Amino acid sequence: MNYIDPHIHMVSRTTDDYQRMAMAGCVAVTEPAFWAGFDRVSPQGFDGYFRQLTEFEPSRAAAHGIDHYCWLCINPKEAQDLTLAREVIGMIPAFLDRPNVLGIGEIGLNKNTKNELIILEEQIALAQRHDQLILVHTPHLEDKLKGTRLILDAIRRNGSIDPARVLIDHAEEHTVGMILDAGHWAGMTLYPDSKCTPQRAVDIIETYSHHRLVMNSAGDWGHSDPLSVPQARMEMARRGHNRDTITDATLRNPAAFLGQCDKFQLQTSLD
Amino acid sequence: MTNPRSSCPMTYRQAVDTYFLEHRSKLIDVAAFLDRLDRASDQQKPAQEDHRVAALRNAMSILLDGQPDRAKRVLEQLSDPSRSPTDTTSPPASGAHHDTQDQTTP
Repeated sequence: MNYIDPHIHMVSRTTDDYQRMAMAGCVAVTEPAFWAGFDRVSPQGFDGYFRQLTEFEPSRAAAHGIDHYCWLCINPKEAQDLTLAREVIGMIPAFLDRPNVLGIGEIGLNKNTKNELIILEEQIALAQRHDQLILVHTPHLEDKLKGTRLILDAIRRNGSIDPARVLIDHAEEHTVGMILDAGHWAGMTLYPDSKCTPQRAVDIIETYSHHRLVMNSAGDWGHSDPLSVPQARMEMARRGHNRDTITDATLRNPAAFLGQCDKFQLQTSLD
Repeated sequence: MTNPRSSCPMTYRQAVDTYFLEHRSKLIDVAAFLDRLDRASDQQKPAQEDHRVAALRNAMSILLDGQPDRAKRVLEQLSDPSRSPTDTTSPPASGAHHDTQDQTTP
């Protein structure tokens, strides 16, 4: 059964991971720009990163039959430096026409600071000016509830963003309802120690139905598993969910959200 | 929202059979964690418990109250309830909201 991982940081993963994902049925990944584990010292570091996401990584994925798309932004952690953040934001429009760029992301909040919020609002405006999809990161722990509220308010304040063109990620039981109520898509990240386990993600699907919900591994350089989406599929099957529901949650739903960008062309059947 | 009381295709018995041992193990892990704190090598307990451990103990009451949405309510109880963005001096996230007025641990 085919699936899409709509949030994974393949620059941090090995070629063996691509191989294992392809063997498990992965047909496409989308890779948001993120904090690489250390702060870049200059905007030139981001130029190289954006070229890696738009030139090198798609070819590495294609070698395993996986379509690679990406999102560009200054991530919330490095957005604390307003000068650096604005220089990086100024570089992004030159990359937006590249064939695998789907939108702006993962923007959002990390520690819910005033500077992070300023840059979030500027990147929401950037997406609006260039008619881009938006992928949003929410904070990880006790700050997630507050951060999600601040993010929803920021999108609402912009006033020109279609909520259905925004996916708010790392949702958990206490934030998924408010995200869906605002008309956005919600992403559930399947992590070993934080965020959702595959079991809890399936619980959320059972509670809220599977509409406008997607699951991702957010596999990166930390504790994470690039095969967590197929694990969630197995969890759904173990509970007795039918093939159609499983395919909705892990293939058709992400394809429906991502397909709002014309560049997203899945090379496989949605059945 | 669908009716959460009937949205899992498993029967009650099937769910217990499938998940009981996994969650028995997790419960014992929590108990062993608290025992480990009692055996900590410094043998110096702070005047008040670490806010994260206190938050964990407080959250356990939700598991016993018989009300639904337990996972959501545990997460809410561990969350920062404030509404305004912070300045840059905020401490890093610890997993449990820390009311600084209650802070006594080193």
